[in-house]
Amino acid sequence: MKTRKRPWARALTEIIWFSWLPVAAFVLIWIFSGMSTSFYLPSAQVVLEQTWQVWFVEGGIAENLVPSLIRLVAGFALAVALGVGFGVLLGLVRPLESAVRPLTDAARTIPGAALLPIAIMFFGLGDAMKIAMIAFISMWPILLNTIEGVRSIDPTLRSVMATFRITRRDRFQHVFLPQAMPQVFAGARIGLAISIAVMVVVEMFGTPGGIGYFIRHAQQTFRVVDMWTGLVILGIFGYLLNILFRILERRVLHWYHAMIAQAQGASA
Amino acid sequence: MTDLSTPAIFGVTPAQAGPILSLNGMSFSYGTNQVLSDINVDVARGEFLCIVGPSGTGKTTLLQNLAGLRSPTSGSIEFAGERVTGPPAQLAVVFQDYSRSLLPWMTAVDNVALPLKSAGVSRRERHDRALIALAEVGLEGADEKYPWQLSGGMQQRVALARALAYEPAAILMDEPFASVDAQTRADLEDLTLRVRDHLGITVILVTHDIDEAVYLSDRVLVLSGKPATVAEIIDVDLGRGRDQIDTKATPEFAELRSRVYRLIRRSAAD
Repeated sequence: MKTRKRPWARALTEIIWFSWLPVAAFVLIWIFSGMSTSFYLPSAQVVLEQTWQVWFVEGGIAENLVPSLIRLVAGFALAVALGVGFGVLLGLVRPLESAVRPLTDAARTIPGAALLPIAIMFFGLGDAMKIAMIAFISMWPILLNTIEGVRSIDPTLRSVMATFRITRRDRFQHVFLPQAMPQVFAGARIGLAISIAVMVVVEMFGTPGGIGYFIRHAQQTFRVVDMWTGLVILGIFGYLLNILFRILERRVLHWYHAMIAQAQGASA
Repeated sequence: MTDLSTPAIFGVTPAQAGPILSLNGMSFSYGTNQVLSDINVDVARGEFLCIVGPSGTGKTTLLQNLAGLRSPTSGSIEFAGERVTGPPAQLAVVFQDYSRSLLPWMTAVDNVALPLKSAGVSRRERHDRALIALAEVGLEGADEKYPWQLSGGMQQRVALARALAYEPAAILMDEPFASVDAQTRADLEDLTLRVRDHLGITVILVTHDIDEAVYLSDRVLVLSGKPATVAEIIDVDLGRGRDQIDTKATPEFAELRSRVYRLIRRSAAD
């Protein structure tokens, strides 16, 4: 094939293929929002200019983005730690899991928003409440996936660990954890999306500071253009976090993706 | 680097008194279903013993008992002079299904070294020992490969290397060559014999393949009946330095082969 000889041509085709829809959508929004006369729907140009002004020139990033990021990282890290920790424990100890199952099933079906008043009652309106909410609600997919991942261990591998007298610590670190890792990451990706959503909501209700707070406050004070800039920043924020997450996943699950690619290559 | 030519590298202490493994009136039942009845055998140090029997006789159950993964319902198993109550430290196992017994997230050398880490061997020493073991099974240069990058036969070599690096007094092998093609199988059989001769290690191998059992063993233990008992323990006087073509062409081989075959067929007809 021609493209195989020219890698740059192939890369270009790929970029066009993946970006035609976002680019088209952006152009359409630009044109139609430019024709808008509504106070509530400012033109894209105005929103982008204001985004630059508010977030980059006037220090919105330090004031509202950084607190959000810190909260999200803290909450999400807590969710991963709790989800993986309890997941491995529950995955390994079957009787414990069946005992806890009704509780986890009930707890995870409660909509996160319903917990907000309770969290405010216990933790107040500050960071403790926000981080606790993010951690608790985004923990579930990680926990459930980890349980499944640990369970999927092969009986032969159990015999190997027993006969070679692999210590508890090494079993955890070198067998159960890597075994569960692809599913942990699948759960964590869902957890990350949930934690961004929870972050925005709790910031809207909590103490000042953060993107969620900014959007709500702008809306309440009729700074409609500012409100829209918050959404632009949120979009960029989520997008960059996803990229970071994927880079991390590629590094940790390098063996897994290579193995899958190999298996597909062999069968193709 | 340790000298490769010395068999003592794997810490095998040769010519110690007493059998390495002895089964005394050992029986095993799953609930009310008795699988093994009154098994008696002594395995000498450095011996190659094959256990054969028709499928479903309880060969794997016997192996699980030897490995300390299950406990006999009555009678006892002694390994290196001690009663087996769990997996013995001086015993390594090679399982049939290499694709499941190796860790896909670890390179060959890390797979081989993991049991040594648990045994408290220093990082440097376990790496060296793993490399020597991989060289012993003919896998020089494959140490940084992942199991799924290797062929089936090579993966089983990694599993064998893992057993060797563990420096066991004996290796248990559960139908280790059942999932590879015929040529690879012959290669792995010869490799196992070479390694045994080189290191003086005891090997106990379970197989349903009569040719394989006769070709490899010093003695063949034939299991038969329901519950399974020892039908006979046959001495295989084919000497060392066996050859896939020449040894199998001898009248002695043919005769031993028929003898085992008859024992198994008789038990199947019961």
